[in-house]
Amino acid sequence: MLYFSKLRIFSVIIFTLILSYFSLSNFFKIDDNFFSKNIKLGLDLQGGSYLLLEIDNKPVITQKLQNKVMELKNFFKDKNIITRNYTVDDNSIIFDTTPDKSDELNNILDDDESEINPYYQQYKSHEFDFVKNQDSFKLTLSKYGLVLLKNASLDQAIEIVRRRVDEVGTNEPNILKRGNDRILVELPGLDDPGRIKSLLGKTANLTFQFITQNTEESFGTEKLEFEDGSENAIVSKRIILSGDNLVDAKPSMNSQTNETVVSFTLDRVGAKKFGKATSTGVGKRLAIILDGKIISAPSVREPIIGGSGQISGNFTFQSATDLALLLRSGALPAPLNIIEERTVGPDLGQDSIDAGIMSLIIGFILVVLFMIYKYRVFGVIANLALISNLFLLVGVLTIFEATLTLPGIAGIILTVGMAVDANVLIFERIKEEIKSERNPIIAFDSGYTKSRTTILDANITTLIAAVILFFMGSGPIKGFSITLGVGILTTLFSVYFIARLFTAFYVIKNKEKESLI
Amino acid sequence: MREISFNKFYKSFNILSIFLIITSLILLAFKGLNYGVDFKGGTLIELRTDLNSANIKKIRDSFNQLNLGDVSVKNFGNDTDFIIKFEKQNSNDPKFIDNIKTKLSGSIGTVDFRRVENVGPKVSAELLQSGIIAIALSLAAMLLYIWIRFEWQFSLGAIVALFHDVIITLGVFSLFSLEINLSIVAAVLTIVGYSMNDTVVIFDRVRENLRKFSDIKIFELTNISINQTLSRTIITSATTLLALLSIFIFGGEILKGFSLAMILGVIFGTYSSIYIANPILVILKVSQRTIVKEDKD
Repeated sequence: MLYFSKLRIFSVIIFTLILSYFSLSNFFKIDDNFFSKNIKLGLDLQGGSYLLLEIDNKPVITQKLQNKVMELKNFFKDKNIITRNYTVDDNSIIFDTTPDKSDELNNILDDDESEINPYYQQYKSHEFDFVKNQDSFKLTLSKYGLVLLKNASLDQAIEIVRRRVDEVGTNEPNILKRGNDRILVELPGLDDPGRIKSLLGKTANLTFQFITQNTEESFGTEKLEFEDGSENAIVSKRIILSGDNLVDAKPSMNSQTNETVVSFTLDRVGAKKFGKATSTGVGKRLAIILDGKIISAPSVREPIIGGSGQISGNFTFQSATDLALLLRSGALPAPLNIIEERTVGPDLGQDSIDAGIMSLIIGFILVVLFMIYKYRVFGVIANLALISNLFLLVGVLTIFEATLTLPGIAGIILTVGMAVDANVLIFERIKEEIKSERNPIIAFDSGYTKSRTTILDANITTLIAAVILFFMGSGPIKGFSITLGVGILTTLFSVYFIARLFTAFYVIKNKEKESLI
Repeated sequence: MREISFNKFYKSFNILSIFLIITSLILLAFKGLNYGVDFKGGTLIELRTDLNSANIKKIRDSFNQLNLGDVSVKNFGNDTDFIIKFEKQNSNDPKFIDNIKTKLSGSIGTVDFRRVENVGPKVSAELLQSGIIAIALSLAAMLLYIWIRFEWQFSLGAIVALFHDVIITLGVFSLFSLEINLSIVAAVLTIVGYSMNDTVVIFDRVRENLRKFSDIKIFELTNISINQTLSRTIITSATTLLALLSIFIFGGEILKGFSLAMILGVIFGTYSSIYIANPILVILKVSQRTIVKEDKD
């Protein structure tokens, strides 16, 4: 165990130097593309906001079912199958058909080539599961139909969230999918997430609908509140224009009223629709509705054909800016709820870094002194291994650009405390071996050999704990498991290659000495 | 080095441990654990006040006027820092925190919100569940590993020692109403790893000695093995404790609970490797035949 080939010595030195270089590159600015990797600081250290959003898919499902009803009606009409008595509840559609057609309808829904109820080969499932009860059919979204629907709405939502966050211009936001109905938003450096939260909390469904007195309107009517809650109005369900037709929106000043407004520009289709509706509706009040509330309802004085317009509504400059931003970034497919929020101010983050580094330095010094006191020369060797272990650990974290959190720093300190264990096991074993073996080189050799299984056992148990934490833990805790786990690997390397190399040099040089250890 | 007769005290310490475990279980059953917002849901605010004039009572009064439900206010590290916890959480209302801030500054002057955590009931239930699963999984993984590596008598000894450490550590947390949050789960998992590590080192030696000496009874043999590994046990526990004490004292308030749990775990882990794991080998009458039989397989 004490023999090292020249090649091995060379590789150990090179490996250690490269990793040390990486770890040092965190502290000095190095202008080099290959080496310019850095450990990322977690939100708990650099300050920032962590938001977990959950998408409320109920409206998406309802919308889907309603669209499906229209589809079914048209589809069966074309096939000359009479269907009637459609009802929609939370997650299913029920309808009847005539007795002579019910088997045919059953076959259509069950067909793997079915156009109306697509079959997903990879999931071995239709979009809708259905139950036939004589002439009545009940269609329920299948498990995979639901998953696909949720995934689609999540993908869309994440895109909108990204646009909104980007528009606010925080630095390096991190937006990730979590499961099939959650979005994780990390905003480094942001200590007041109030504005982002209010932007993400709005679906931003914009519609233009006429206010009507006539409750017998063919499209149906609904009663909506004004945003300020001051009054109600009855509006036609006919949607003149929706936010989808907007190509741009920005806050501006209306020169006549001196009021802050949001001016918008429409796409070609939108401009056409808007022009047509405003020419026939001169004199009527056009309600501008955002998320089910009327922002304002100006009277149409003349046809608006230019494809641009203004929204007024007692805006401050800030609220006009926000509304414009929401309209530019588009509507969310469904409302988002913030179900978890963690915000750390930048000065607390800095305090944590300072405290973490302080305790690392003190813990390190204590362990180093203790080892020298206990083992003298071999204590120094163990300490050299410990120092290189730290460089290796930080180097590996740098190469993988791991995120360092406060518990992660604790994991490094803990590694310092536990890393000497392997060397202690070896040294104690050598002490025992020397009692019965006069040749120090053989004694050292068997000390290393006999302690090896114990050291592996002892480290594997800790590694198991670290791996489980990595997969089960979240955020800061994950950071702890990374430093703990990587720490075990670098410890084994530093003990078996670095400390052993030094030990070999020392023992071979001093083999004539009376008491070596 | 003179040999210490650890085995003389097996019985008395076993009785002590049984007493501690029962006490801890009673505490856990009746007093329960003090879950933080991670596991209970709710809001946590760490704030720093400008003036020393703000005291706990004043802050509690101001918060009580805000109708937030049950509010707990504690000093956090120094006189100007406070931790406020309450059950109500309304992260969907973007003005929720701002409103609290505005109202507070009216009654106690400028305050700096250093940290805000807002955890909904669904998330906290999930975090608690995944924490329990993580601990259960790690115990199962340790069991599996030790079962592969050792004979069943050893596995049983190590696992009982493991449960001993985890239960008593949680018992201490219950007794002093210390907060259980995500980092405590990490600490418990690390304790599991450390306790196992410590036991395995002694067990490896016991097994080695069992092969060597056929005429020494297990009661004596465990004592010899404990003594042979004793200086390693002491040195490793000492360096680990030095590192942990350094975190506890200098690592800031956030890591206090974490490092305390670890310190307790290391102390109990070291103790249990000697006084729980080994007596179980004695009770199970482990002898050379136990391992020879296994070796033949």
